[in-house]
Amino acid sequence: MATITLSNVSKDYGGGPVLRGMDLEIREGEFVALMGPSGCGKSTLLRLIAGLEEPSGGEIRIDGRRVNEVAPKDRDLAMVFQSYALYPHMTVRENMSFALKQRRLPPAEIKAAVEAAASKLGLTGLLERKPKALSGGQRQRVAMGRAIVRNPKAFLFDEPLSNLDARLREQMRYEIRKLHRELGATSVYVTHDQVEAMTMADRIVALNDGAIQQVGSPQDLYDNPANLFVAGFLGSPPMNFLDATLAPEGALVVEGQTLAHVSPPAGLAAGTTLTLGLRPERLALTDPTEGTAVRVDVVETTGTGRVVHLALGPQRLKLFTMDPRPLAPGDVVGLVAPPGAPLLFDPVSGARLS
Amino acid sequence: MSKTTPHSIGARVLHALALAAFVAFALFPLFWLLKVSLTPDDLMYGEGVRLWPSRVTLDHYGSVLRHSQFPLFFRNSLIVSAATGLLATAAASAAGYAFSRFRFRGKAWVVGVMLVSQMFPLVIIVAPIFRLLAPLGLTNSLTGLVVVYTAFNTPFAAFLMQSFFEAIPKDLEEAAMMDGATRFQALRRVILPLTLPGLAATGGFVFTAAWSELLFSLMLNSSAAVSTFPAGLLGFVSKFSVDFGQMMAAGVLALLPVGAFFLVIQRYLVQGLTAGAVKG
Repeated sequence: MATITLSNVSKDYGGGPVLRGMDLEIREGEFVALMGPSGCGKSTLLRLIAGLEEPSGGEIRIDGRRVNEVAPKDRDLAMVFQSYALYPHMTVRENMSFALKQRRLPPAEIKAAVEAAASKLGLTGLLERKPKALSGGQRQRVAMGRAIVRNPKAFLFDEPLSNLDARLREQMRYEIRKLHRELGATSVYVTHDQVEAMTMADRIVALNDGAIQQVGSPQDLYDNPANLFVAGFLGSPPMNFLDATLAPEGALVVEGQTLAHVSPPAGLAAGTTLTLGLRPERLALTDPTEGTAVRVDVVETTGTGRVVHLALGPQRLKLFTMDPRPLAPGDVVGLVAPPGAPLLFDPVSGARLS
Repeated sequence: MSKTTPHSIGARVLHALALAAFVAFALFPLFWLLKVSLTPDDLMYGEGVRLWPSRVTLDHYGSVLRHSQFPLFFRNSLIVSAATGLLATAAASAAGYAFSRFRFRGKAWVVGVMLVSQMFPLVIIVAPIFRLLAPLGLTNSLTGLVVVYTAFNTPFAAFLMQSFFEAIPKDLEEAAMMDGATRFQALRRVILPLTLPGLAATGGFVFTAAWSELLFSLMLNSSAAVSTFPAGLLGFVSKFSVDFGQMMAAGVLALLPVGAFFLVIQRYLVQGLTAGAVKG
């Protein structure tokens, strides 16, 4: 188990910075998700920690020791690759023994460790098979097994579930999480999937354009996003963003209609235009006479409820509801945004205002 | 493809005919080689245009093996080709791995120069190479041939090896390095076993190229003791006659090792030539 500390870490391949001066502390035993869209630098960051790439600037420390110049093999970190990267010419047993043989452990000890890890992952009957004779889910497990058998200082996961189908992904999510609880090892998990980040991580590091946007617990990022990027990345269906004007006494006016009220943030004058963020599940339906009148555009049934696409003048928004009232495209309904639901953002910088 | 319309049958027949014509055209000289090697001397001219002689004989093979220097040429060729195959493959693997995995200064230049080296007609550089090798004592020597063949075969072999390495995901050696291996250990324990078919194909390709090379063998070596078999074949041509029967018999014998070798490696060779293209 280890702490991993990044100080002002940057990476530039020569075509402009991929990572710009990052500071991050990953605590002992913590499960941290590096989350962001493709090209945000999350995988590069993981590879810097692994030692597969060298930082252009800054310092990486593992347990307080500077590792910038330390080879991957001497960092004692285990990595699970997106492609699994199983050695195709070796059996499952040989795959899992590789690292231990590399350390020249006695054969009896290797056998015991591999078999313990295999039984933990349900691989016992597959030890003599080659990777090509395994299903996607089994390969994924072998990749996990190869990592846990070493008992490393920390686990690095590079989008390990993205090659699995939805059902298997959900199951592996649970298993990785359970494994983390049992082993208590520091884990860094790269994903572009906000559901994975939300469900698995103790803390999420939201990355965009090579810079950290926000660090915090999943709930914290969900409830209090620091900017438009984080607000829009987390949640499904995603947060609604509407062009709004701040009217006196904190009224938020969208397309001439007052949609919500906030206690006006200091320094914001009435008449300021801003971006209003509203989570679909925080909105409620009512009669058109009681709430803001909006028109139903499309209704999607999800099983647990319905996602209703609404039109407010030329602007569109979505609402998630379990309200059973009949809804048809073209109906006019009332929309209520309860206090606390509206989040305000600067439309230019994207920064949170309230 | 599965639909059998008259049009597609016609197209398939044409396709098959075109292929058959090509194969016949390509293989007919080989057939003629075999036919002449089995034709007795007295029928050589009398039945010169018949597809198969009325009598066949193995006499030519017997005299080639017993009374000519061909076994010596064969041995020389074997030594030169095997050594060239090993050396060029070793050098090409190292270069191909570097091209495939590393970014280094001047990489584009190195690749460019290697490409350019493939563009000259070799006839142009025979004389300078002779002038370079003579003072080093490398003319009239098998070593000299090995040096020259290795030099000229390594560039293409390196590109071939590169395409084999490209087909192996980088993740594999990175996984090995995370698992505690140095880059060299990762290469030896993970990448090399997966490249064995590529190594065999490259080795075979170079072996074959060296095996059939005539120009340098003829120009650099004048003594029979260090002649390879393509140069040796010319020994069957004398001032007054050409001993076609023996020459063809020697040719058939020389064909056997490469033929067998190619049969084994051709699958890998095609794989290697297309690996890079498919991966894009």
